[in-house]
Amino acid sequence: MTATGIGAPVRRREDFRFITGQGRYTDDIERPGQTYAYFLRSPHAHAAIRSIDAAAARATPGVLAVLTGDDLAADGVGGLICGWMIHSKDGTPMKAGAHPALAQGKVRYVGDHVAVVVAETLAIAKDAAEKIVVDYQVLAPVVDMNAAVKKGAPVIHDVAPDNVVYDWHLGDKAAADAAFAKAKHVTKIDLVNNRLVPNPMETRAAIGEYDGGSESFTLYTTSQNPHVARLVLSAFIGIAPEHKLRVIAPDVGGGFGSKIFIYAEETVCVWAAKKVGRPVKWTSDRTEAFLSDAHGRDHITHAELALDDKGRMLGLRVKTKANLGAYLSTFSSCVPTYLYAPLLSGQYDIPAIYCEVEGVYTNTAPVDAYRGAGRPEATFVVERIVEVAAREIGQDPAAFRKKNFIRKFPHQTPVIMAYDTGDYAASLDKALELIDYKNIGRRKRESARKGKMRGIGFSAYIEACGIAPSAAVGSLGAGVGLWESAEVRVNPVGTVEVLTGSHSHGQGHETTFAQLVCDRLGIPIDQVSIVHGDTDKVQFGMGTYGSRSGAVGMSAIAKALDKVIAKGKKVAAYALEASEADIEFKDGRFGVAGTDKSLAFGEVALQAYIAHKFSGQDLEPGLKEGAFYDPTNFTFPSGVHVCEVEIDPDTGVTRVDRWVAVDDFGVIINPMIVEGQVHGGIAQGVGQALLEGAHYDASGQLVTASYMDYCMPRADDLPSFKVDHTTTPCPSNPLGIKGCGEAGAIAAPPAVINAITDALGHEDVTMPATPQVVWRAARKAAFRTAAE
Amino acid sequence: MTTVTMTVNGKSVTANVDPRTLLAQFVRENLRLTGTHVGCDTSQCGACVVHVDGRAVKSCTVLAVSCDGASVTTIEGLANGAELHPMQAAFREHHGLQCGFCTPGMIMSAVDIVNRKGHDLDEHTIREELEGNICRCTGYHNIVKAVEAGAKAMGGTVAAGIAAE
Amino acid sequence: MYAFNYQRAKSVRQAAGLLAKNGEAKLLAGGQTLLPTMKQRLASPPVLVDLARIEGLAGIERKGRAIVIGAMTKHADVATSTLVREAIPALAALAEGIGDPAVRNRGTIGGSVANNDPSADYPAACLALGATIVTNKRKIPADEFFQGLFTTALDEGEIIVKIAFPAPSKAAYVKFPNPASRYAMVGVFVAKRGSEIRVAVTGASSDGVFRWTAAEEALRSRFNPKSLDGVAASADGMISDIHGSAEYRAHLVGVMAKRAVSAALGK
Ligand SMILES: Cc1cc2nc3c(=O)[nH]c(=O)nc-3n(C[C@H](O)[C@H](O)[C@H](O)COP(=O)(O)OP(=O)(O)OC[C@H]3O[C@@H](n4cnc5c(N)ncnc54)[C@H](O)[C@@H]3O)c2cc1C
Ligand code: FES
Ligand code: FES
Repeated sequence: MTATGIGAPVRRREDFRFITGQGRYTDDIERPGQTYAYFLRSPHAHAAIRSIDAAAARATPGVLAVLTGDDLAADGVGGLICGWMIHSKDGTPMKAGAHPALAQGKVRYVGDHVAVVVAETLAIAKDAAEKIVVDYQVLAPVVDMNAAVKKGAPVIHDVAPDNVVYDWHLGDKAAADAAFAKAKHVTKIDLVNNRLVPNPMETRAAIGEYDGGSESFTLYTTSQNPHVARLVLSAFIGIAPEHKLRVIAPDVGGGFGSKIFIYAEETVCVWAAKKVGRPVKWTSDRTEAFLSDAHGRDHITHAELALDDKGRMLGLRVKTKANLGAYLSTFSSCVPTYLYAPLLSGQYDIPAIYCEVEGVYTNTAPVDAYRGAGRPEATFVVERIVEVAAREIGQDPAAFRKKNFIRKFPHQTPVIMAYDTGDYAASLDKALELIDYKNIGRRKRESARKGKMRGIGFSAYIEACGIAPSAAVGSLGAGVGLWESAEVRVNPVGTVEVLTGSHSHGQGHETTFAQLVCDRLGIPIDQVSIVHGDTDKVQFGMGTYGSRSGAVGMSAIAKALDKVIAKGKKVAAYALEASEADIEFKDGRFGVAGTDKSLAFGEVALQAYIAHKFSGQDLEPGLKEGAFYDPTNFTFPSGVHVCEVEIDPDTGVTRVDRWVAVDDFGVIINPMIVEGQVHGGIAQGVGQALLEGAHYDASGQLVTASYMDYCMPRADDLPSFKVDHTTTPCPSNPLGIKGCGEAGAIAAPPAVINAITDALGHEDVTMPATPQVVWRAARKAAFRTAAE
Repeated sequence: MTTVTMTVNGKSVTANVDPRTLLAQFVRENLRLTGTHVGCDTSQCGACVVHVDGRAVKSCTVLAVSCDGASVTTIEGLANGAELHPMQAAFREHHGLQCGFCTPGMIMSAVDIVNRKGHDLDEHTIREELEGNICRCTGYHNIVKAVEAGAKAMGGTVAAGIAAE
Repeated sequence: MYAFNYQRAKSVRQAAGLLAKNGEAKLLAGGQTLLPTMKQRLASPPVLVDLARIEGLAGIERKGRAIVIGAMTKHADVATSTLVREAIPALAALAEGIGDPAVRNRGTIGGSVANNDPSADYPAACLALGATIVTNKRKIPADEFFQGLFTTALDEGEIIVKIAFPAPSKAAYVKFPNPASRYAMVGVFVAKRGSEIRVAVTGASSDGVFRWTAAEEALRSRFNPKSLDGVAASADGMISDIHGSAEYRAHLVGVMAKRAVSAALGK
């Protein structure tokens, strides 16, 4: 390992601009002549729009335009799309209701887009928006999933008269039923996976711009995947053809999934820019973010686990209702289906699994992928039911898990996935040691002496990352292929620019990707730059989500680097007057085997460009190579997280006292960055378990629409974490990387709830386990103990 | 319109502003110092923290006109030329940032903590003192380490810390 | 924010004059409540009268057995004041627990007391310590000042100038913060001066800060947390929201009161 190569904790190269205030986020950009957009949003959860009178708003000095859904329709601008087709059990396609960027005839959730005002200043736009008179016919809303599927519930989209988007299943029902028929013990649980609001600290923003001379558009936007945004805006929404639309995602202040999607606001900004003939800028405020960013999770689940007489798992049955909100967001349909059910085997050898999922419309904000997307929900089901099962049959939860772990690889689960490699027991053993499991009894007694209740909770998670190969996701309904692209441009002096389709919004690609280049080419890291986030520079790419940038994005770079080295060998052979077969590339030099003749990488680059030593017919001049990498399988990061909590039964306050994470991410490029990803994920997972929850009242108003009511994890809510790892390199990509971006968020929630329920001695705790929830549960525990 | 004059990062600036202009808007839009960020509407996230007369404040909750005559330091004014402030250096060294959006506010708050509580900060104090700064990326683990180290380093360069104000 | 006219007052008299001229004008103190409200367009005063430049409105002094705090004194200055820490450490600790450091660097005691947010901390201190709110017109005992949710005895155009807190022999404030906003979900201030015992509760009641007389009586016989065993606050009239039901808040009032008594006893 070199100081800047693979495995080194290289300090981040992007940090200088951020710590000195020179980051450049979308809202930092000011375009000449820029105007400001403000969206008038629905105050009602469900209403028909009889009419919109915008005359007074239009007449306000400084207002350039007031546009509504009618204007969109008149210009033939298409609706927002959902890019993953799911078929119901009976083979019928999912029921996707129309999703215009500005409401056409009806609003379906509080925050739905009714009109946009474009004005010289934001203040003028807001003032004018208040003058728009909308005549609403308020309709009964339905907020609760169970109520939405009842007969006679208000209908949100005519295409789905029962508010069911799809009724989907996966697995072999007969096999699962047979397993339950022979079970000695069946554990049953009911779970709610709470709705979350992603809340990257940078809110969404967009600047649309139109250049009449070249008839082309530019969109600056807070996107995790600018190419996908361009594709959707072009091919589906029809704003402009791809070669006339440039999408730039500059520095992006966190995404966690919520910036994958193509939303109404950026669509409208691009379209409106041409209408007003000036750049149109919109920056979400936090309240708008709460109302209209795609939310995450929101499942209700019943699960059953069948065990034999020795405590071996025989089968799992899961029935889930997933709230998809008022419209299908860009990838929403796949989250509670193909990103969820295939993970229900967890780390366990379960011969039969059957899962049914009903996707449901409600009058709430659309729900889509949020850090982990489907996999946290699956892990919550598996790790809660496994914990409860161990407790019910009186086995130690760690030993129970270990007994049921998959030990032989590759392992085909009954739910699509073929796990390639792993050593689950190794992670568990290490975690037990780090948390000092053998002394947990003593620590519990010490807490009890102080009047506190201590509990320990495990979570042995698995995730499927990379979200690829393309053929596999295509067969499951994806509208796109999920490979990644890279281009390596070697300049004549030997400096290197890597263009990647991955996008960094906190993950540190400018550092880790450069480490790979250093490692392969043997050149100093300051001679490498990473270019991303601009469709005019990078030809195409699928973006960053699903912990895929390492496993897929870097593999594409590795492949392109291999091509660069191969071409370099050809050039070197001419320059060194040797046979190509004799050229070796080592430590940044091309040498002739068995001699001391060699050229540095930069010298070969120069030779490639001056092309004096070879004829352009035999070898093309230049040194630039591209690659598209499509992996052979998903990757399967896994690990064990253990959490210890101490509860104050008088107030219900739960303090997370200890946290141990032992993850297997395969090969690690930069341990410092990987640990940072784990920390952040755990914080979000603890947030889900203890603090966060989006709450709509019965009329469909979002009660938690600001940080006054939506509880974000703060520094004093969390402990420091003990993070370690084990390694089984991933066999399905050339670098052996599995991915690390989502692990913490996936692993953490069941660990916390398992610890709380361990402390309380009963299972009746819902997320978020706020002080009130835990206090009630603690009282129940006290009554129970008193009754015994 | 109201006229304000203040010193920002050591330079005197005078401007005619609409009284409703917030200090955050003023530095971002009028002065184009976009390192100060806005992350919420309820004065809770701390992305906008700057120093006014040496004290940390949320610039999204202060009128620019209120700062007439004041001395304001933003994240852009913290480094001494090319030389990073010890707290900035500590954030980089300890990987106290990911997306970087909360970072300017975090660093400004961290410097303020040291100014008030000294150079020897324990984890508990740091976590409590960061109550007004929300980070969604880091889980705070490395921020806490960075603040602790930055505080110590500021002890070694007291002069630099004060000079920056 | 809606547009407004900004006026910088040089004296309390001038500020009062500006208020009198425009009935809808509002005073601007630290702005930590008013500005967020205006930003969300929930308030639209046509005129803001900034108190920040009025000389003598900020500052802390000791007058006999009382600590007198100027209306424009910032939370941070109360928290770190040696005078306050010596005479009424519970008050300094309360100030230290308001919001976060940046909020404490701007927010003022006058603004907080005038606003009388049902979840604010200072009202509990005023009531439990038997403070006197001194305005440009009169002196108002805390018992008469707080009149329910965001309502006070202040007349239109009346300005708080300072607040006088008689020092207790023992006192403590214990706050159970709302997990999200960190305002008080329940805050109990307990103060003992001679035989007089006052217990003030904030955050819990939908009528705002109140004195919990049952607890006061129980503590009068013996100032000890045990005296509160079996004394339960009623859930009637308690705030009920997603963070806590009325029942939970009532329970917390009891727990926080006991903890406050323990803390006052130095336990
Ligand atoms: C993030 C955050 C967290 C907070 N947490 C807490 C908390 O935990 N506990 C808590 O108690 N508070 C909390 N606050 C509120 C804070 O304490 C405010 O500072 C306080 O409520 C108002 O004081 P101000 O000086 O900022 O007043 P302003 O916002 O300027 O004014 C508030 C109101 O009082 C009026 N007013 C101001 N001064 C006077 C005067 N002298 N005479 C008459 N009327 C006057 C104004 O006209 C206005 O109506 C928090 C605020 C924020 C932003
Ligand atoms: S923007 Fe100032 S506190 Fe959030
Ligand atoms: S680094 Fe992204 S919010 Fe803190």
